Amino acid sequence: MFNYLEYIRESNFPHIWCAGCGDGIILKALIRAIDKLGMSRDESVMVSGIGCSSRTPGYMDINTLHTTHGRALPFATGVKLANPDLKVIVITGDGDATAIGGNHFIHAARRNIDLTVLLYNNYIYGMTGGQCSPMTPVGSKASTAQHGNLEPSFNTSGLAIAAGASFVARTDVYHVQQCEKFISKALQKKGFSLVEIMTPCPTAYGRRNKMANPVTMMEWLKDNMVPVAKYDKMTDQEREGKVSAGILCDIDKAEFTAEYDKLIKKVRTE
Amino acid sequence: MTEEQSARKEPAVITVKPEWCKGCGICVAFCPKDVLEMEGGTAKVLRPDDCIKCMLCELRCPDFAITVE
Ligand SMILES: Cc1ncc(C[n+]2csc(CCOP(=O)(O)OP(=O)(O)O)c2C)c(N)n1
Ligand code: SF4
Ligand code: SF4
Ligand code: SF4
Repeated sequence: MFNYLEYIRESNFPHIWCAGCGDGIILKALIRAIDKLGMSRDESVMVSGIGCSSRTPGYMDINTLHTTHGRALPFATGVKLANPDLKVIVITGDGDATAIGGNHFIHAARRNIDLTVLLYNNYIYGMTGGQCSPMTPVGSKASTAQHGNLEPSFNTSGLAIAAGASFVARTDVYHVQQCEKFISKALQKKGFSLVEIMTPCPTAYGRRNKMANPVTMMEWLKDNMVPVAKYDKMTDQEREGKVSAGILCDIDKAEFTAEYDKLIKKVRTE
Repeated sequence: MTEEQSARKEPAVITVKPEWCKGCGICVAFCPKDVLEMEGGTAKVLRPDDCIKCMLCELRCPDFAITVE
Protein backbone atom coordinates (compact mmCIF):
# COMPACT_ATOMS: atom_id res chain seq x y z
CA MET A 1 0.00 0.00 0.00
CA PHE A 2 1.22 3.46 -0.88
CA ASN A 3 0.23 6.24 1.51
CA TYR A 4 -1.16 8.97 -0.75
CA LEU A 5 -2.84 10.80 2.11
CA GLU A 6 0.39 12.52 3.02
CA TYR A 7 0.44 14.18 -0.41
CA ILE A 8 -3.18 15.19 -0.96
CA ARG A 9 -5.52 17.88 0.30
CA GLU A 10 -7.83 15.34 1.84
CA SER A 11 -10.58 17.84 2.59
CA ASN A 12 -11.11 18.20 -1.20
CA PHE A 13 -11.87 14.48 -1.52
CA PRO A 14 -13.71 12.62 -2.95
CA HIS A 15 -12.47 14.52 -5.99
CA ILE A 16 -14.77 16.08 -8.57
CA TRP A 17 -13.73 13.87 -11.52
CA CYS A 18 -16.35 11.49 -12.95
CA ALA A 19 -16.38 7.75 -12.26
CA GLY A 20 -13.64 6.18 -14.36
CA CYS A 21 -12.00 9.48 -15.37
CA GLY A 22 -8.31 8.70 -15.80
CA ASP A 23 -7.12 11.98 -14.30
CA GLY A 24 -6.99 10.50 -10.77
CA ILE A 25 -4.76 7.68 -12.04
CA ILE A 26 -2.26 10.25 -13.34
CA LEU A 27 -2.35 12.23 -10.10
CA LYS A 28 -1.47 9.06 -8.20
CA ALA A 29 1.37 8.20 -10.60
CA LEU A 30 2.77 11.71 -10.18
CA ILE A 31 2.60 11.44 -6.39
CA ARG A 32 4.48 8.14 -6.44
CA ALA A 33 7.13 9.55 -8.78
CA ILE A 34 7.64 12.60 -6.54
CA ASP A 35 7.82 10.39 -3.45
CA LYS A 36 10.32 7.92 -4.93
CA LEU A 37 12.56 10.73 -6.16
CA GLY A 38 12.49 12.25 -2.67
CA MET A 39 11.62 15.63 -4.19
CA SER A 40 11.09 18.53 -1.83
CA ARG A 41 7.54 19.79 -2.07
CA ASP A 42 8.62 23.14 -0.68
CA GLU A 43 10.91 23.53 -3.68
CA SER A 44 8.26 22.44 -6.20
CA VAL A 45 5.38 24.26 -7.84
CA MET A 46 2.50 22.83 -9.84
CA VAL A 47 0.92 25.13 -12.42
CA SER A 48 -2.21 24.39 -14.44
CA GLY A 49 -4.56 26.08 -16.90
CA ILE A 50 -8.30 25.41 -17.03
CA GLY A 51 -10.06 22.11 -17.64
CA CYS A 52 -10.86 18.94 -15.74
CA SER A 53 -7.20 17.96 -16.02
CA SER A 54 -6.13 21.37 -14.75
CA ARG A 55 -7.92 20.71 -11.47
CA THR A 56 -5.13 18.28 -10.55
CA PRO A 57 -2.98 20.73 -8.53
CA GLY A 58 -5.94 21.57 -6.29
CA TYR A 59 -5.83 18.03 -4.94
CA MET A 60 -2.14 18.07 -4.08
CA ASP A 61 -0.51 19.35 -0.94
CA ILE A 62 2.24 21.28 -2.73
CA ASN A 63 2.70 24.87 -3.97
CA THR A 64 0.04 25.34 -6.63
CA LEU A 65 -1.03 27.88 -9.20
CA HIS A 66 -4.34 27.42 -11.04
CA THR A 67 -4.20 29.97 -13.85
CA THR A 68 -6.28 30.81 -16.94
CA HIS A 69 -7.20 28.66 -19.91
CA GLY A 70 -4.20 27.94 -22.11
CA ARG A 71 -1.80 30.06 -20.05
CA ALA A 72 -0.23 27.56 -17.66
CA LEU A 73 3.05 27.66 -19.61
CA PRO A 74 3.50 31.46 -19.53
CA PHE A 75 2.82 31.48 -15.77
CA ALA A 76 5.18 28.53 -15.28
CA THR A 77 7.84 30.27 -17.38
CA GLY A 78 7.59 33.28 -15.09
CA VAL A 79 7.84 31.17 -11.95
CA LYS A 80 10.85 29.28 -13.28
CA LEU A 81 12.70 32.39 -14.44
CA ALA A 82 12.07 34.19 -11.16
CA ASN A 83 13.44 31.25 -9.21
CA PRO A 84 15.25 28.69 -11.38
CA ASP A 85 15.91 26.47 -8.36
CA LEU A 86 12.24 25.54 -8.21
CA LYS A 87 10.99 22.35 -9.83
CA VAL A 88 8.03 23.46 -11.94
CA ILE A 89 5.40 20.94 -13.04
CA VAL A 90 2.77 22.00 -15.56
CA ILE A 91 -0.58 20.22 -15.85
CA THR A 92 -2.51 20.84 -19.05
CA GLY A 93 -5.24 19.25 -21.19
CA ASP A 94 -5.23 18.62 -24.94
CA GLY A 95 -7.48 21.65 -25.39
CA ASP A 96 -5.57 23.81 -22.93
CA ALA A 97 -2.18 22.98 -24.47
CA THR A 98 -2.92 22.79 -28.18
CA ALA A 99 -5.96 25.00 -28.88
CA ILE A 100 -5.99 28.22 -26.87
CA GLY A 101 -2.47 27.55 -25.54
CA GLY A 102 -0.95 26.20 -28.75
CA ASN A 103 1.38 29.10 -29.35
CA HIS A 104 2.66 29.11 -25.78
CA PHE A 105 3.25 25.39 -26.09
CA ILE A 106 5.51 25.52 -29.15
CA HIS A 107 7.47 28.49 -27.85
CA ALA A 108 8.09 26.98 -24.42
CA ALA A 109 9.40 23.88 -26.20
CA ARG A 110 11.49 26.02 -28.56
CA ARG A 111 13.11 27.81 -25.61
CA ASN A 112 13.78 24.47 -23.99
CA ILE A 113 12.96 25.92 -20.60
CA ASP A 114 13.24 23.45 -17.72
CA LEU A 115 9.57 22.59 -17.12
CA THR A 116 7.96 19.19 -16.67
CA VAL A 117 4.73 19.20 -18.64
CA LEU A 118 2.09 16.51 -18.16
CA LEU A 119 -0.39 16.76 -21.01
CA TYR A 120 -3.55 14.81 -20.23
CA ASN A 121 -4.82 13.75 -23.65
CA ASN A 122 -8.47 12.69 -23.41
CA TYR A 123 -9.20 13.68 -27.04
CA ILE A 124 -11.83 16.23 -26.00
CA TYR A 125 -12.81 19.34 -24.06
CA GLY A 126 -14.06 17.46 -21.01
CA MET A 127 -14.94 20.30 -18.70
CA THR A 128 -17.17 22.18 -21.13
CA GLY A 129 -19.12 19.15 -22.31
CA GLY A 130 -17.28 17.51 -25.17
CA GLN A 131 -16.30 19.94 -27.91
CA CYS A 132 -13.56 18.89 -30.34
CA SER A 133 -10.00 19.77 -29.44
CA PRO A 134 -7.10 19.89 -31.93
CA MET A 135 -6.28 16.36 -30.72
CA THR A 136 -9.68 14.77 -31.36
CA PRO A 137 -9.14 11.94 -33.87
CA VAL A 138 -10.70 12.12 -37.33
CA GLY A 139 -14.09 10.41 -37.29
CA SER A 140 -14.65 10.75 -33.54
CA LYS A 141 -17.90 12.30 -32.42
CA ALA A 142 -18.05 15.42 -30.29
CA SER A 143 -20.71 17.97 -29.39
CA THR A 144 -19.21 20.13 -32.16
CA ALA A 145 -18.85 17.15 -34.55
CA GLN A 146 -22.14 15.27 -34.29
CA HIS A 147 -21.43 13.32 -37.48
CA GLY A 148 -17.75 12.76 -36.84
CA ASN A 149 -14.73 15.06 -36.76
CA LEU A 150 -13.26 16.01 -40.14
CA GLU A 151 -10.14 17.83 -38.96
CA PRO A 152 -6.86 15.92 -38.76
CA SER A 153 -5.42 16.08 -35.25
CA PHE A 154 -2.08 17.37 -34.05
CA ASN A 155 0.64 14.89 -33.28
CA THR A 156 1.49 17.00 -30.26
CA SER A 157 4.47 14.97 -29.14
CA GLY A 158 5.89 15.33 -32.67
CA LEU A 159 5.18 19.04 -32.51
CA ALA A 160 7.11 19.36 -29.24
CA ILE A 161 10.08 17.48 -30.68
CA ALA A 162 10.11 19.61 -33.82
CA ALA A 163 9.85 22.78 -31.75
CA GLY A 164 12.89 21.88 -29.61
CA ALA A 165 11.88 19.94 -26.49
CA SER A 166 14.60 17.85 -24.83
CA PHE A 167 12.40 15.03 -23.51
CA VAL A 168 9.15 13.74 -24.99
CA ALA A 169 7.30 10.55 -24.09
CA ARG A 170 3.82 9.17 -24.66
CA THR A 171 2.05 6.79 -22.31
CA ASP A 172 -1.40 6.04 -20.91
CA VAL A 173 -3.20 5.26 -17.67
CA TYR A 174 -3.83 1.58 -18.39
CA HIS A 175 -0.06 1.03 -18.54
CA VAL A 176 0.19 2.70 -15.18
CA GLN A 177 3.71 1.62 -14.25
CA GLN A 178 5.08 2.96 -17.52
CA CYS A 179 3.16 6.17 -16.86
CA GLU A 180 4.88 6.61 -13.49
CA LYS A 181 8.28 5.77 -14.99
CA PHE A 182 8.01 8.37 -17.75
CA ILE A 183 6.78 11.04 -15.32
CA SER A 184 9.79 10.25 -13.14
CA LYS A 185 12.18 10.53 -16.10
CA ALA A 186 10.62 13.82 -17.16
CA LEU A 187 10.97 15.20 -13.64
CA GLN A 188 14.67 14.36 -13.67
CA LYS A 189 15.39 15.85 -17.09
CA LYS A 190 16.80 19.35 -17.37
CA GLY A 191 14.94 21.09 -20.18
CA PHE A 192 11.43 21.15 -21.60
CA SER A 193 10.04 17.70 -20.81
CA LEU A 194 6.68 16.57 -22.07
CA VAL A 195 4.77 13.46 -21.09
CA GLU A 196 1.64 13.05 -23.18
CA ILE A 197 -0.66 10.78 -21.17
CA MET A 198 -3.66 9.18 -22.83
CA THR A 199 -6.48 9.23 -20.31
CA PRO A 200 -10.15 8.26 -20.59
CA CYS A 201 -12.96 10.76 -20.44
CA PRO A 202 -15.93 8.40 -20.38
CA THR A 203 -18.39 11.26 -19.90
CA ALA A 204 -17.67 13.72 -22.69
CA TYR A 205 -15.78 11.47 -25.14
CA GLY A 206 -16.70 7.88 -24.29
CA ARG A 207 -20.46 8.34 -24.28
CA ARG A 208 -20.41 9.70 -27.83
CA ASN A 209 -17.95 7.13 -29.12
CA LYS A 210 -19.38 3.81 -27.95
CA MET A 211 -17.15 3.74 -24.86
CA ALA A 212 -19.44 5.05 -22.14
CA ASN A 213 -18.18 2.40 -19.73
CA PRO A 214 -14.81 3.38 -18.19
CA VAL A 215 -13.68 -0.24 -18.44
CA THR A 216 -14.23 -0.16 -22.22
CA MET A 217 -12.05 2.95 -22.41
CA MET A 218 -9.29 1.25 -20.43
CA GLU A 219 -9.56 -1.79 -22.71
CA TRP A 220 -9.16 0.53 -25.68
CA LEU A 221 -5.88 1.75 -24.22
CA LYS A 222 -4.77 -1.79 -23.47
CA ASP A 223 -5.43 -2.87 -27.07
CA ASN A 224 -4.32 0.19 -29.01
CA MET A 225 -1.23 1.64 -27.34
CA VAL A 226 1.72 0.15 -29.21
CA PRO A 227 5.39 0.32 -28.15
CA VAL A 228 7.12 2.82 -30.42
CA ALA A 229 9.73 0.32 -31.71
CA LYS A 230 6.92 -1.90 -32.96
CA TYR A 231 4.87 1.04 -34.25
CA ASP A 232 7.80 2.26 -36.34
CA LYS A 233 7.87 -1.05 -38.22
CA MET A 234 4.12 -1.10 -38.93
CA THR A 235 2.56 -0.20 -42.29
CA ASP A 236 0.22 2.79 -42.53
CA GLN A 237 -2.69 0.36 -42.66
CA GLU A 238 -1.59 -1.42 -39.49
CA ARG A 239 -1.17 1.92 -37.73
CA GLU A 240 -4.82 2.81 -38.31
CA GLY A 241 -6.37 3.52 -34.90
CA LYS A 242 -3.15 2.72 -33.01
CA VAL A 243 -1.12 5.13 -30.88
CA SER A 244 2.62 4.79 -30.27
CA ALA A 245 3.87 4.72 -26.70
CA GLY A 246 7.39 5.17 -25.41
CA ILE A 247 10.19 7.67 -25.09
CA LEU A 248 10.13 9.59 -28.36
CA CYS A 249 12.96 12.03 -27.69
CA ASP A 250 15.64 12.33 -25.00
CA ILE A 251 18.47 14.72 -25.80
CA ASP A 252 20.74 17.05 -23.88
CA LYS A 253 20.88 20.62 -25.10
CA ALA A 254 21.12 24.20 -23.86
CA GLU A 255 18.41 25.01 -21.33
CA PHE A 256 16.91 28.48 -21.17
CA THR A 257 17.24 29.41 -17.48
CA ALA A 258 20.86 28.19 -17.42
CA GLU A 259 21.65 30.29 -20.51
CA TYR A 260 19.87 33.25 -18.95
CA ASP A 261 21.95 32.86 -15.81
CA LYS A 262 25.15 32.80 -17.87
CA LEU A 263 24.06 35.95 -19.66
CA ILE A 264 23.43 37.76 -16.37
CA LYS A 265 26.89 36.81 -15.12
CA LYS A 266 28.50 37.90 -18.37
CA VAL A 267 26.75 41.27 -18.47
CA ARG A 268 27.62 41.94 -14.81
CA THR A 269 31.33 41.34 -15.37
CA GLU A 270 31.50 43.45 -18.51
CA MET B 1 12.99 -16.05 1.88
CA THR B 2 13.43 -12.32 1.33
CA GLU B 3 11.33 -9.85 3.28
CA GLU B 4 9.36 -9.06 0.14
CA GLN B 5 8.62 -12.72 -0.55
CA SER B 6 7.38 -13.34 2.96
CA ALA B 7 5.23 -10.19 2.81
CA ARG B 8 3.65 -11.60 -0.32
CA LYS B 9 2.82 -14.82 1.47
CA GLU B 10 0.86 -13.02 4.20
CA PRO B 11 -2.86 -12.96 3.39
CA ALA B 12 -3.82 -9.75 1.62
CA VAL B 13 -5.82 -7.07 3.40
CA ILE B 14 -7.79 -5.29 0.70
CA THR B 15 -9.79 -2.26 1.76
CA VAL B 16 -12.34 -0.28 -0.25
CA LYS B 17 -13.34 3.13 1.02
CA PRO B 18 -17.04 3.24 0.06
CA GLU B 19 -17.29 7.05 0.52
CA TRP B 20 -14.65 7.56 -2.19
CA CYS B 21 -15.37 4.64 -4.55
CA LYS B 22 -17.38 5.85 -7.56
CA GLY B 23 -18.07 2.38 -8.87
CA CYS B 24 -16.15 2.69 -12.15
CA GLY B 25 -15.41 -1.05 -12.16
CA ILE B 26 -11.77 -0.68 -13.28
CA CYS B 27 -10.34 -2.58 -10.30
CA VAL B 28 -12.83 -5.41 -10.80
CA ALA B 29 -12.30 -5.72 -14.56
CA PHE B 30 -8.51 -5.88 -14.51
CA CYS B 31 -7.83 -7.94 -11.39
CA PRO B 32 -5.95 -10.97 -12.74
CA LYS B 33 -7.34 -13.22 -10.00
CA ASP B 34 -11.01 -12.21 -9.94
CA VAL B 35 -10.81 -11.16 -6.31
CA LEU B 36 -13.24 -8.26 -6.59
CA GLU B 37 -16.85 -7.74 -7.69
CA MET B 38 -19.20 -4.81 -8.08
CA GLU B 39 -22.04 -4.81 -5.60
CA GLY B 40 -24.52 -2.02 -5.02
CA GLY B 41 -22.43 0.48 -7.01
CA THR B 42 -19.12 -0.02 -5.22
CA ALA B 43 -16.28 -2.52 -5.41
CA LYS B 44 -16.46 -5.41 -2.91
CA VAL B 45 -13.70 -7.81 -1.89
CA LEU B 46 -15.08 -11.31 -2.35
CA ARG B 47 -12.08 -13.63 -2.60
CA PRO B 48 -9.16 -12.04 -0.72
CA ASP B 49 -7.39 -15.40 -0.39
CA ASP B 50 -6.86 -15.48 -4.16
CA CYS B 51 -5.09 -12.09 -4.18
CA ILE B 52 -1.47 -12.18 -5.39
CA LYS B 53 -0.81 -8.58 -4.30
CA CYS B 54 0.02 -7.44 -7.82
CA MET B 55 -1.24 -4.02 -6.66
CA LEU B 56 -2.82 -3.26 -10.03
CA CYS B 57 -6.23 -2.47 -8.52
CA GLU B 58 -4.65 0.05 -6.19
CA LEU B 59 -2.48 1.55 -8.94
CA ARG B 60 -5.37 1.96 -11.39
CA CYS B 61 -8.12 3.14 -9.05
CA PRO B 62 -8.76 6.76 -10.10
CA ASP B 63 -10.40 7.56 -6.77
CA PHE B 64 -7.79 6.57 -4.17
CA ALA B 65 -10.48 4.20 -2.91
CA ILE B 66 -8.85 0.74 -2.82
CA THR B 67 -5.71 -0.32 -0.97
CA VAL B 68 -3.86 -3.62 -0.71
CA GLU B 69 -1.66 -4.51 2.24
C1 LIG C 1 -10.43 32.07 -22.18
C2 LIG C 1 -11.32 30.90 -21.98
N1 LIG C 1 -11.92 30.35 -23.06
C3 LIG C 1 -12.71 29.27 -22.90
C4 LIG C 1 -12.92 28.74 -21.66
C5 LIG C 1 -13.85 27.56 -21.50
N2 LIG C 1 -13.14 26.32 -21.27
C6 LIG C 1 -12.93 25.86 -20.03
S1 LIG C 1 -12.11 24.39 -19.99
C7 LIG C 1 -12.08 24.34 -21.70
C8 LIG C 1 -11.48 23.19 -22.45
C9 LIG C 1 -10.94 22.11 -21.59
O1 LIG C 1 -10.43 21.09 -22.38
P1 LIG C 1 -9.04 20.45 -22.07
O2 LIG C 1 -8.00 21.48 -21.92
O3 LIG C 1 -8.79 19.40 -23.09
O4 LIG C 1 -9.22 19.83 -20.61
P2 LIG C 1 -10.16 18.66 -20.05
O5 LIG C 1 -11.33 19.35 -19.42
O6 LIG C 1 -10.55 17.77 -21.18
O7 LIG C 1 -9.29 17.98 -19.07
C10 LIG C 1 -12.68 25.48 -22.24
C11 LIG C 1 -12.82 25.73 -23.69
C12 LIG C 1 -12.27 29.34 -20.56
N3 LIG C 1 -12.40 28.85 -19.32
N4 LIG C 1 -11.48 30.41 -20.74
S1 SF4 D 1 -15.86 15.24 -18.01
FE1 SF4 D 1 -14.34 13.78 -18.69
S2 SF4 D 1 -12.34 14.72 -18.19
FE2 SF4 D 1 -13.94 15.79 -17.01
S3 SF4 D 1 -14.00 14.73 -15.02
FE3 SF4 D 1 -15.56 13.80 -16.33
S4 SF4 D 1 -14.52 12.06 -17.29
FE4 SF4 D 1 -12.91 13.41 -16.47
S1 SF4 E 1 -3.69 -6.79 -5.75
FE1 SF4 E 1 -3.93 -7.74 -7.77
S2 SF4 E 1 -4.75 -9.76 -7.32
FE2 SF4 E 1 -5.03 -8.56 -5.47
S3 SF4 E 1 -7.10 -7.73 -5.63
FE3 SF4 E 1 -5.71 -6.19 -6.49
S4 SF4 E 1 -5.64 -6.61 -8.68
FE4 SF4 E 1 -6.50 -8.43 -7.68
S1 SF4 F 1 -11.30 1.36 -9.26
FE1 SF4 F 1 -11.65 2.52 -7.36
S2 SF4 F 1 -13.42 3.82 -7.77
FE2 SF4 F 1 -13.37 2.25 -9.37
S3 SF4 F 1 -14.70 0.63 -8.58
FE3 SF4 F 1 -12.63 0.11 -7.94
S4 SF4 F 1 -12.40 1.01 -5.89
FE4 SF4 F 1 -14.20 1.95 -6.83
